[in-house]
Amino acid sequence: MASEAHGAETGGLVFHPMDQFIVKPLFGGDEIAWYTITNVTLWMAVAVLAVIAMMVLGTSRRAMIPSRSQSVGELAYGFIYKMVEDVAGKDGLKFFPYIMTLFMFIVFANFLGLIPMSFTTTSHFAVTVVLALLVFLTVTIVGFVKNGIGFLGLFWVSSAPLPLRPILAVIELISYFVRPVSHSIRLAGNVMAGHAVIKVFAGFAAIAVVSPVSVVAITAMYGLEVLVAFIQAYVFTILTCVYLKDALHPSH
Amino acid sequence: MATETHEAAEHAAEAMNGAHEAAASAPGMPQLDFTNWGNQIFWLLVTLVVIYFVLSRIALPRIAAVLAERQGTITNDIAKAEELKAKAVEAEEAYNKALAEARAEAQRIAAETKAEMQAELDAAVAKADAQIGEKLAESEKAIAEIRAGAVDSIKDVAKDTAAEIVAALGSDADAKTVEAAVAARMEG
Repeated sequence: MASEAHGAETGGLVFHPMDQFIVKPLFGGDEIAWYTITNVTLWMAVAVLAVIAMMVLGTSRRAMIPSRSQSVGELAYGFIYKMVEDVAGKDGLKFFPYIMTLFMFIVFANFLGLIPMSFTTTSHFAVTVVLALLVFLTVTIVGFVKNGIGFLGLFWVSSAPLPLRPILAVIELISYFVRPVSHSIRLAGNVMAGHAVIKVFAGFAAIAVVSPVSVVAITAMYGLEVLVAFIQAYVFTILTCVYLKDALHPSH
Repeated sequence: MATETHEAAEHAAEAMNGAHEAAASAPGMPQLDFTNWGNQIFWLLVTLVVIYFVLSRIALPRIAAVLAERQGTITNDIAKAEELKAKAVEAEEAYNKALAEARAEAQRIAAETKAEMQAELDAAVAKADAQIGEKLAESEKAIAEIRAGAVDSIKDVAKDTAAEIVAALGSDADAKTVEAAVAARMEG
């Protein structure tokens, strides 16, 4: 790469905070076709294996008194189940496996991305936009199937004074279509920013004078990123539940 | 120190230039390189489908079953415990009842025994009273006899003494006169 060659030449302070996000084919070649096995494929596969390890292998004993790994699986199950039930209501539980899939994928992708030298799949807009659009389409379709044309009542705020309602309807409509945008950019943006900042501090570590500060800063940022990794997965999931609730019960 | 910072600043400036060059030659954010979106989306969909099937076919039903089974066991155990508790309460009640009955019985027996004993005692007292009365009558009779005997003896002694005294005084007294005088004195 040109930038890497340049960095090697100067040998000084080199910032390449975004290089960690480059999609590379795993088995040589530069072309990336839709089927090429890349580092994205690898880390998504690792995420799948992690999900299987936790939710299938961990619970394989079906013990009445759970082992530690089974407890973790049950905890994740109970956490999301309760969230769907509380936020989206009893009839939202049909979508529980779907929401659980989203949560497990995002949370594992985020945490696996925190392993040094790994690749963070959720830092790519391609991934989060698809996730958000899937939620958006699901919610919209479910809303119209469940409520028919009554789903449009979501935009007609019947509790507001009549002259205000058309204005509110426009605002509600805009906010509805901005949902997938904010939903996806929030996740990718948070994850990407954290990783990039860590990388920038790592660049500063090349200067002997500031390297202790830099190492401390990296450690602090890493702790924060661990928190962010979980919180963003949680936020994505709970927003999905909120949108689902709007689709199932559109009246305000 | 000053030179060091100066060098560092130079390096930084160079690096900035390098970054600018890199930005010029490659897209600044790999996220916005749309040529690999197809690849990422394809693998993402594969991943999601795999996770969805693993979760919905294997993991979630299994965990749901385990949780339901555990809940059932807990409910059963609680029901059993409550049953046992009810039984314990029942047993306690039975015990208390038996205790009260036994106490009443004991009191009844005690009262009966007391009454019986009282009756026996009364009979014995009455009998003893009768015996004492009898003895008393006998004793009175004996005393009366003794008293009568004593009076006679006194008469004899008095007669003898009087006769002796009269003889000592020098006069002769016949027995009849002395007897009459003693009798008159004792009457008086």
